[in-house]
Amino acid sequence: MDITVQDRIRQEITDAPVVLFMKGTPVFPQCGFSAAVVQILSHLGVKFKGVDVLSDPSVRQGIKEFSAWPTIPQLYVKGEFVGGCDIVREMFETGELKQLLEEKGVSVRA
Amino acid sequence: MAMDAAMIERLIKESLPDAQISIEDLRGDGDHYAAHVVSGAFRGKSRVQQHQMVYQALRGRMGNELHALALQTSVPDE
Repeated sequence: MDITVQDRIRQEITDAPVVLFMKGTPVFPQCGFSAAVVQILSHLGVKFKGVDVLSDPSVRQGIKEFSAWPTIPQLYVKGEFVGGCDIVREMFETGELKQLLEEKGVSVRA
Repeated sequence: MAMDAAMIERLIKESLPDAQISIEDLRGDGDHYAAHVVSGAFRGKSRVQQHQMVYQALRGRMGNELHALALQTSVPDE
């Protein structure tokens, strides 16, 4: 893996508490799976940074290698990989996502 | 490019022989599936690790030939 891409990804997930690697932007998601995660985070009132992998092919490939995860979107909280769309959705439904965010000190809508 | 459900099941079974797998072709187009995989090998693993085990079984096809596989994993009931 290109060391600079890996470093850039590590920087992204360190700089912001909640980072979503996605297709498109939070305002204009370009894929249904990315849109679903944006919707969940918005519903929880979580501030997050969206990183559009479509605008940078090296990040699109690099994040898959970085996380050992083959698909986009990918959610990171406090530098830790939480999961893709299915896991985020499942955790949202069981209340685990809110719990995780709170445990990590991310403010969530009550 | 599409991939048939039997192929997905066979690949998962090769890596996780005890797996009980149910696969649904969501749109009938051989490209959008939902799979539920139950295996004892998932015991003690996080969800991320469980999904990674299934992705590994699919040997790089996920995200390529296989565009969309909604995945749910669990351990068998005691």
